Amino acid sequence: MSVCLLMFDNLSDKLQRVFKNLRGEGKLTAENMEAALREIRVALLEADVHFKVVKQLIEAVKEKALGQEVLASLSPAQQVVKIVNEELIKTLGTHASRLRFANEPPTVIMIVGLQGSGKTTSSAKLARWLSKNQHAPLLVSVDVYRPAARDQLAVLAKQLALPIYTGTAEETKPLELAKSARREAVQTGRDVILIDTAGRLHIDDALMAELAELKETFQPTEILFVADAMTGQDAVKSAEQFHKQLGITGIILTKMDGDARGGAALSIRSITGQPLKYIGLGEKPDAFELFHPDRVANRILGMGDVLSLIEKVEETIDKKQAEEMQRKLIDNEFTLTDFRNQLKQIRKLGPIGDLMGMMPSLPGMGGGMMKELKNAKVDEKELNRVVAIIDSMTPKERENHMIINGSRRRRIAKGSGTSVEDVNNLLKQYTQARKMMKAFSGTLSGQGFLGKKLSKLGKLPSLGDLGNFKF
Amino acid sequence: MLSSLFGSGDGGGNLLERLKSGIEKTRAGLVSKIEDVVHGKKEIDADLLEELEYTLITADIGVRTATEILETIRQRVDRHLVSDASEIRGLIRQHLLEVLSASERPMVRVDAPPLVIMMVGVNGAGKTTTTGKLARRLQDEGKSVLMAAADTFRAAAIEQLQVWADRAETDIIKQTQGSDPSAVIFDAMQAGRARKSDFVIIDTAGRLQNKEHLMAELEKMRRTAARVIPDAPHEVFLVLDATTGQNGLEQARKFTESGGVTGIVLTKLDGTAKGGVAIAIARELNLPIRYIGVGEKVTDLLPFNAETYIASLFD
Ligand SMILES: Nc1nc2c(ncn2[C@@H]2O[C@H](COP(=O)(O)OP(=O)(O)OP(=O)(O)O)[C@@H](O)[C@H]2O)c(=O)[nH]1
Ligand SMILES: Nc1nc2c(ncn2[C@@H]2O[C@H](COP(=O)(O)OP(=O)(O)OP(=O)(O)O)[C@@H](O)[C@H]2O)c(=O)[nH]1
Ligand SMILES: [Mg+2]
Ligand SMILES: [Mg+2]
Repeated sequence: MSVCLLMFDNLSDKLQRVFKNLRGEGKLTAENMEAALREIRVALLEADVHFKVVKQLIEAVKEKALGQEVLASLSPAQQVVKIVNEELIKTLGTHASRLRFANEPPTVIMIVGLQGSGKTTSSAKLARWLSKNQHAPLLVSVDVYRPAARDQLAVLAKQLALPIYTGTAEETKPLELAKSARREAVQTGRDVILIDTAGRLHIDDALMAELAELKETFQPTEILFVADAMTGQDAVKSAEQFHKQLGITGIILTKMDGDARGGAALSIRSITGQPLKYIGLGEKPDAFELFHPDRVANRILGMGDVLSLIEKVEETIDKKQAEEMQRKLIDNEFTLTDFRNQLKQIRKLGPIGDLMGMMPSLPGMGGGMMKELKNAKVDEKELNRVVAIIDSMTPKERENHMIINGSRRRRIAKGSGTSVEDVNNLLKQYTQARKMMKAFSGTLSGQGFLGKKLSKLGKLPSLGDLGNFKF
Repeated sequence: MLSSLFGSGDGGGNLLERLKSGIEKTRAGLVSKIEDVVHGKKEIDADLLEELEYTLITADIGVRTATEILETIRQRVDRHLVSDASEIRGLIRQHLLEVLSASERPMVRVDAPPLVIMMVGVNGAGKTTTTGKLARRLQDEGKSVLMAAADTFRAAAIEQLQVWADRAETDIIKQTQGSDPSAVIFDAMQAGRARKSDFVIIDTAGRLQNKEHLMAELEKMRRTAARVIPDAPHEVFLVLDATTGQNGLEQARKFTESGGVTGIVLTKLDGTAKGGVAIAIARELNLPIRYIGVGEKVTDLLPFNAETYIASLFD
């Protein structure tokens, strides 16, 4: 996590510097994007995305971004990041991909890959997953080479109380073992056979031929290539060869619980065209999930936090609403209803500090103020309380806080389960916020670009101020 | 096929030859590509530099190190110190050699045996296999070796090491799965001292470097070893899979921090991966590469030597 954040800081700082001179320019152009794309290229290479895949990606982004309105997004830097992210997701596959099963059971699934990538562990995990999803899997290890490889799967199966065909001492050939396993599956009514194979190099012709023979014999519906998330540039070579020689049907990305950025996923996906299906998130059998392209894309780019915030901002803040708010502010019509709506938006946005962190420094605000806003914490419980108080008011009261006298305050306190003092405090803070926001919008309204940016974000400064509320 | 994987191998032969054939695939990639670049073109231009960048980056050397190398070349070109593309090969070679030689140093020696070596690294890197191969190598040199099965976590890890102990013809100290790895180490240290073994090699469980509790466990294991034999473990090898990308750097940093890494074993160089991140690691953390793994047979471990390594890449 800390690494991730560090990366994010670096990249977003760099991008911000890059785009400093871009303010006021209306569109993204090849020239003004060049430096940003260079930084993104480095970030992707550092994430182990293959050199050529990076090149293609940058081209695609360039094409897509060219001519886009700079103001259409939060900031030009974020806009480019967003486009890159969309391209990443597009490459990774737009949705989680499901397993296919044979029309005639038993379905055969082969698990293949390089040495130590996590095949045996993933076989056990997948068996567990299947058995939890209305299937009756049978495990079999055909790794007759690595010391104690068959024992390893047997131990895992026992731990999980899942059936395994362990074979006899005489069965030392992969094909024999798998055939016996199939016989057993049919006899005992198991509907999926999971074949854990030995690790091998893609350039080991003899061992690759062995897999081809297994495939030929068992016609598996899935051949899952298990890849280590820490893999570097070589991922394209191994994946390409496995795919060429076997026709893999899907990918399991393991060791995603580490801090590798997992760029290999992108390389493998683009070289084979096959979908990522699962990710491994630990050594324990339950550390296994369906693959979600967006999550992995975020991680490769190393800007997950920024991206999710961009999304949240886009989802939660309706531009028109924000503009209306701005108008109201200027006209001094900012009512308690508006106040409550804003609070609800903060709640959707999460910690205000995060949001401020992604904003370029606004010239209208001093550095000290930016810092204060960044550090502001919005207490969820307090927010709920304030919303509850406002909800207990009548529409008239919300439109005009001046009419809220002593007896109304008592009623509101009772209705919201708070004290009169809480209500008093809220009203005090509301009037203060109102004053401050008005002052703010005054300084900003004349600044064109920034004013627009601010309206897009929906009065962040006032939200920041709310963080200092003490009830 | 069984014998092709686990046959005893001859183990002899000229070292350079073995090294060369072991990393032939590596050679085919990195060197021949640089050669292509070098032979195909006369003038050093942007295209050539980009192709070199491609070669270096796809070897997992990393953007920073690759950029540094290319920058050196660019400067020399600018100062008219290099004009002929064929000189580039020499330059890159020299640069890599400097980086690797800078971190070279002799193995630790101890006054009183045993010398304790601990294998650490992420999951599946090749620790257990390297323990077996190294034990065999040392036995072949006439040394006595004791193995410690301190991976008490992974399924059948102890059984796996037991097979390697049989192959290497060494004794092994082990307990059952789920027992405390430090307890195994404690036993092994005492046994190693009592039996006057020359070496004790500790196989540890794979762990990802961002798992704090597992890294803390590693620290505890080291402390336990030192309680019985002061300064043990004397050498801590980070076992690094050659297919690893830039995460290798983070592995090296964190394992050095908690595990006190003193050297690197670069495994799976018999594949097509170049293991270039080891060069970045050597450069950043000043860690020597001790051995390379070039297969799954007991004899497939070779001592690393920067000079020989680079020579076998370039000559
Ligand atoms: N942290 C973590 N470790 C994993 C994951 N998947 C597998 N491992 C570990 O990685 C190591 C290798 O896993 P295996 O399942 O033995 O790998 P394999 O591909 O079967 O290895 P070979 O059969 O030797 O080629 C073991 O230590 C596993 O516990 C994962 O998703 N996260
Ligand atoms: N081709 C090749 N395979 C290797 C080499 N070294 C190890 N392997 C294989 O890589 C896989 C993992 O090796 P292990 O020794 O079990 O790795 P480990 O680090 O002990 O794994 P964990 O204890 O599970 O973390 C096995 O299939 C080994 O046979 C090598 O140099 N070349
Ligand atoms: Mg296995
Ligand atoms: Mg091991």
